[in-house]
Amino acid sequence: MGQTLAEKIFSRHSGRDVHAGDFVLADLDYVMAHDTTCAWALEPFSQIAKKVFDPKKIIIPFDHAFPAPNVAMAKLQSEIRAFAEEQGIPIIYDGVCHQIMAESYTVPGMLVLGADSHSPTGGGMSCLEIGVGSTDAAIAMATGKCWFRVPQTIRIRIDGKLKPGVYAKDVILLCARELGPSGGNYRVLEYVGSTVESFGVPERLTLTNMSAELGCKTAIVPADDHTAQYLQEMGRPQPFERLRSDPDARFEREITYRVDELEPMIACPPDVDHDVPVREVAGRKLDQVFIGSCTNCRIEDLEIVYGIWKGKKVKPGLRAIITPASRRVYEEALRRGYLEEFSRAGAMITSPGCGACLGRAGGVLFDKEVCLSTSNRNFEGRMGSPLAEIYLASPATAAASALTGVITDPREFVHEPVGSF
Amino acid sequence: MNWKFGDNINTDLVTPGRYNITTDPKELAKVCFIEYRPEFAKNVKPGDFVIAGENFGCGSSRETAVTSLRTCGIEAVVAKSFARIFFRNSLNQGLICATTDTSNIEEGDKLELDIDRQVLVNKTKGEELEVKIPSMMLRLREEGGIIPYLKKHGLGALEELRKM
Repeated sequence: MGQTLAEKIFSRHSGRDVHAGDFVLADLDYVMAHDTTCAWALEPFSQIAKKVFDPKKIIIPFDHAFPAPNVAMAKLQSEIRAFAEEQGIPIIYDGVCHQIMAESYTVPGMLVLGADSHSPTGGGMSCLEIGVGSTDAAIAMATGKCWFRVPQTIRIRIDGKLKPGVYAKDVILLCARELGPSGGNYRVLEYVGSTVESFGVPERLTLTNMSAELGCKTAIVPADDHTAQYLQEMGRPQPFERLRSDPDARFEREITYRVDELEPMIACPPDVDHDVPVREVAGRKLDQVFIGSCTNCRIEDLEIVYGIWKGKKVKPGLRAIITPASRRVYEEALRRGYLEEFSRAGAMITSPGCGACLGRAGGVLFDKEVCLSTSNRNFEGRMGSPLAEIYLASPATAAASALTGVITDPREFVHEPVGSF
Repeated sequence: MNWKFGDNINTDLVTPGRYNITTDPKELAKVCFIEYRPEFAKNVKPGDFVIAGENFGCGSSRETAVTSLRTCGIEAVVAKSFARIFFRNSLNQGLICATTDTSNIEEGDKLELDIDRQVLVNKTKGEELEVKIPSMMLRLREEGGIIPYLKKHGLGALEELRKM
């Protein structure tokens, strides 16, 4: 019987051929935990092991509340630091965990465990990166293994050429509307189709990142020339297997979306699946625009913001915050003159990390404030007060809206397609 | 008593980010649902049930959501369906997640979970609901969670999970 891409990766990491439904105790290529989830892994780890299975395979980025915004977080971080030093693991201060994994570590075909729910981001680099909690992370740090039930795959084919002003974020918001917050539960979402094939890795990361909001175990895009190019750009070119689902693989479902006529989309508070065209809520006054997060703050996203903001100013009184997803993105944005332009336009630029996305620091919201964010979650209370409201959209929509001070369709500012976007 | 919630209750509601700053289970119990249902933490009693709709525990992977509920003494979370990371975290900590159609359960109903028969008895309505609880979840709960299980049997016992 043919195998899906996911079944092949699980098979390679379990030493035998497996299919959906099988129980496996799989070998992991990396285990990732960050400044929040690693803190709760320390005690369980200490109960079952003294030394980690391989310090070179454990990645600990500090990103969620970093640099520490208060004494409580500083305490937790100092505990993780002590553990990491004891184990010979360097702590990474270079930005959001998922961005770091894609830039510096993952290779197509890997099986990675991430103590974070947005671990599916890894699928943009054509590996299986699966999210778990701190106890599973602790066991993985001790053993280099994790048990799984091999998941079913839902294959999502996305075809068509995106119009100007429409981007990968709009595509995944469409999928969120169609599938809902549990539409992908326990499954792998495999993205194929002409649109996906035209996306570089940065856009694929947007798709797979936000797939976590559909409840999936993980998401994946098959590796190709774009993947090779990205590895080249990241300074770590290497050969990899171009794994694909077999023609006779069994999928639980196959869905096709045509996106030629797709408009810029926006997720309305407080649900990730309440997605409408931006023009339907245009004109809503904003207090804050957050351009950041592992979903959408790579250099390609900042290039779009720069194109829209060049020579203009952010609406006076509106808080526009730019939080690059990594040190690498920050430095490239610096080199290209983007950060100077952003500052001149009136935006605040913060150090790479999760920032305002989760309401701990870098742009916390008060009661009744309205924020437009390029991140992936708009739950009640996500960015601060439970009485605040969060809209989710693309960097283009965010940039356009920062200029006007109200939710704005980016097509008012974007007329030509920008490269592969 | 029972605490009834709707669909898609995410873990940011159970332990909001700004309270997710301690590893002390007792402190986490004090902030359970602190903004979403402020009376919960003060009034919850050991043996109470959390009743919910679809996709309970979605969103962030934070294990504090499970720690918090477990330390409050919740007997079980009974829901129409569970999000996967919350379910796994519950497996690991020995918190029972029972799956069934909860539409007809009200907060005032007197409930009893019969684990052996895999049945939720609603004494007030005189009904019995079949619930699904994976055998692995029950076995790990007997052991006090996966960490005590591994501590007692050694790390090699991970292989034995397949037989549960």
